[in-house]
Amino acid sequence: MNVPDDLRYNTSHEWVRLEGDVVTVGITDHAQEELTDVVFVELPPVGKEVDAEDPVAVVESVKAASDIYAPISGEIVEANEGVEADPALVNTDPYAEGWIFKMKVKDVAQVEAMLDAAGYKALLGG
Amino acid sequence: MTGSQVPRVSEPLQHSPLEPLHVELGGRMVPFAGWNMPVMYDSILNEHQAVRGSVGIFDISHMGQFIVKGEGALEWLNRMLANNLAKLADGQGQYSFMLNEQGGVIDDLIVYRTGANEFFLVVNASMIPEDFTWLEKQRPDGVELLDESESWAGMAVQGPDSAAAFAKLFPDEPLPPRNGIARLSGGQIVCRTGYTGEDGFEFFCPSADGITAFKQFCDAGAKPCGLGARDSLRLEMCYPLNGSDLSPARTPIEAGLGFFVDLEKGDFVGRDVLARQKEEGLKERLVAIAYTGKGAPPRAHYQVLSESGEVLGELSSGVPSPSLGKGIGLAYLPVAYAKIGTKVQVDVRGRPFPAEVVKKPFYKPAAKNS
Repeated sequence: MNVPDDLRYNTSHEWVRLEGDVVTVGITDHAQEELTDVVFVELPPVGKEVDAEDPVAVVESVKAASDIYAPISGEIVEANEGVEADPALVNTDPYAEGWIFKMKVKDVAQVEAMLDAAGYKALLGG
Repeated sequence: MTGSQVPRVSEPLQHSPLEPLHVELGGRMVPFAGWNMPVMYDSILNEHQAVRGSVGIFDISHMGQFIVKGEGALEWLNRMLANNLAKLADGQGQYSFMLNEQGGVIDDLIVYRTGANEFFLVVNASMIPEDFTWLEKQRPDGVELLDESESWAGMAVQGPDSAAAFAKLFPDEPLPPRNGIARLSGGQIVCRTGYTGEDGFEFFCPSADGITAFKQFCDAGAKPCGLGARDSLRLEMCYPLNGSDLSPARTPIEAGLGFFVDLEKGDFVGRDVLARQKEEGLKERLVAIAYTGKGAPPRAHYQVLSESGEVLGELSSGVPSPSLGKGIGLAYLPVAYAKIGTKVQVDVRGRPFPAEVVKKPFYKPAAKNS
């Protein structure tokens, strides 16, 4: 299971990458493997203000629809049209080309409070 | 991320004799119709494509097997089921319905004639007790009804290369023709039927032999497939799923399956209602709906809207079709909206996606062997 060291994670299996005051958000390798065969991604509207834990996007496999939650509070500043056009990127490249949206961070402490790689690995059971 | 999850079941799950093998093969086990079954192994899409392109194998041990035999079995069963059993020669099978007095579907099943007055019935897993009770209650003296569901492991081997897989295991035994049934020299039962639209067969052997047989078919080229692919494959063919597309409140005529009902054969349970519907016409009909463009996958219970946004009904089944690359589904709609080409919309989380009523089935397999 791929859990990059430079990312932060939450218990609902989203990851974030903090760069300046913007985080990129996606779902983890574990999450994509659980879903398998992503066939549709519903992106959040750019400009929307959301709170941490709000459902903001939907990732769908053949069998089921899964909500993706905002890991922190802030404004959606970008959505990845690449995964809208090619949803399989979420499976094949979950930490890079398969990112889902970007948020402007209000409070960096919210990011720091998320799990680090070791904490997320522990959540997955080693 | 959270999934739309499997409903909790209060009753203990039943276990297929193949369950240890599913776990060994990495199958993801989920509750289905009261059974712990694999929804997939590695990928629903890959499993779906294996059946369309080569050959896949499904555990169908959860399904029920009844034997009906004895003097008068033909006559009695013909009153209990909607299709005409008298049309079957020994060794032939047909799709049929067990109806209630209102003409609604208790169960859909395949019935095979294995002798002048002997029949083999394959019924849905969730309906085994109800079907048996319904039949037993009306069984006349002299006719025997046996539930052999516990005795048999079942597997469906499906796809254009299924006959080749069979020949590898049984080089000296012929497969029965389409819809036929045969007993192999080793006592196993093989039926040339399935739920995918591809050539294939359903194989029943004693429960204790199930794992070995399943493995042998895998070694002969069949890819293990779960219930996820089984659902997408059957829906592309517009084959109904009882409990979703069929119910005690809907008749086979409303479901568009009148071809499997014989109103001329004499009386049978539910006939009056069906005959009246045929004469007076229907209010609603089960139609096939396909997206006209890209969109969020349609799923059961999503609302179907008219072009102007009026609610017409809801999807009884829906899936992003792997073969067609677009959303497909079935819905009971008012007959005014049931005409092929009628524009409709599917409401997904408040967003309407354009769709239209299309001809059944959604998908036509390339070639059909006999």
